[in-house]
Amino acid sequence: MFDLLVLVIRRDLVLAMRRRADVLTTLIFFVMVVSLFPLGVGPEMDMLRKMAAGVLWVAALLSSMLSLGRLFSADYLDGTLEQMMLAPQSLSMLVLGKMTAHWMVSGLPLVMLAPVLGLQFDMPVRELGVLVAGLLLGTPILSMLGAIGAALTLGLRGGGVLLSLLVLPLCIPVLIFGTGAVEAVSSGLPIASHLSLLGALLVLSLVFTPWVTAQALRISME
Amino acid sequence: MLEVSNLACTRGDHRLFSGLNFTLNPGQIMQVQGANGSGKTSLLRTLCGFIAPDEGDIVWRGEHIRELDEDYYAELLYLGHLNAIKDELSALENLRVSAGLSGVELEEKDAMIALRRMGLRGRELLPTKVLSQGQRRRVALARLLVSDARLWILDEPLTALDVGAVALVQELIAEHLARQGMVIFTTHQPLQVAGMEMRSLLLS
Repeated sequence: MFDLLVLVIRRDLVLAMRRRADVLTTLIFFVMVVSLFPLGVGPEMDMLRKMAAGVLWVAALLSSMLSLGRLFSADYLDGTLEQMMLAPQSLSMLVLGKMTAHWMVSGLPLVMLAPVLGLQFDMPVRELGVLVAGLLLGTPILSMLGAIGAALTLGLRGGGVLLSLLVLPLCIPVLIFGTGAVEAVSSGLPIASHLSLLGALLVLSLVFTPWVTAQALRISME
Repeated sequence: MLEVSNLACTRGDHRLFSGLNFTLNPGQIMQVQGANGSGKTSLLRTLCGFIAPDEGDIVWRGEHIRELDEDYYAELLYLGHLNAIKDELSALENLRVSAGLSGVELEEKDAMIALRRMGLRGRELLPTKVLSQGQRRRVALARLLVSDARLWILDEPLTALDVGAVALVQELIAEHLARQGMVIFTTHQPLQVAGMEMRSLLLS
């Protein structure tokens, strides 16, 4: 069963490496959105420092939406998805593999870039650390929730916009706890509760979203 | 082995077929015939379990395919209209990945042998986007060589193939039938399998 997981992750990573433009657009979008805020709001350090976590989180949310459309659509169009559904192993496992690969390609680079961008907002090191920890827990949830939407809107015209409308509301708790943790550390409060809630959401998504996505894919393939 | 009884399928408001019955036993081959839009592909996709039938049962080794699920898929090989190959991967990588998905660990050496038999010598390592339509079909058909599935469901396997490749597919099917395999296929081209009685199912 884990062989399949490794196979799917490796395949998707190889494909992503050969289609680097797709990966880079997501990253560049993230950097651009975050960089636009200081330009638009003005160079007031206090204000920028305050809004930094929110801006980074929202930008991460939006750029992860950007790459979701491609999660299943390429496989759907060339028939690979049909073959995946006929694999004599659990489709949920396969979906989990695709989610993981998607996160490694579109979520993990954001997490690694976030501290650099945070410096633009003059975030203190302690806050940067919490931001990264939050993103590390939160971005996989975004990939997993997004996969449900991507599976449901598979093959629809204009599915991309619909996908964002479906998925963004579901991501609100992640956004709240993620930014909440940074806010807590800046005002000297304990952060454990926020991060544990994010962790709980992550575990919950790990358990349920692959199965739900698999069911949604079966419906979309009919 | 494969028993279909009273099968009915509807797409949209249109009833494609109903009251369909047939049995396929080891070593048998069946061609599904019919005009464009008569439901050949829908029938094949129903047999694969992609589409839930409106009525009727599909039974494999005495059990419903819905209940068998993964056990059924382990014995099934489906080749659809789409080749299920990735443009960015080479023929070799494509074959190894699709074998892996169907649960077969394929050594590089065996994959090379299969691709060469499909007439792709010298093109094993090229990204498939530079291959012609017929060569891509050959890459997809190479799965027939490396699979140990009992039941082959082939939807238009001969599209884009030249005369040599058609002969090769006939040879592969004959070998599969000789191993007590089963084949259901659709085609608009004539396909003869030596020494086998071809059954046909006409959808209208």
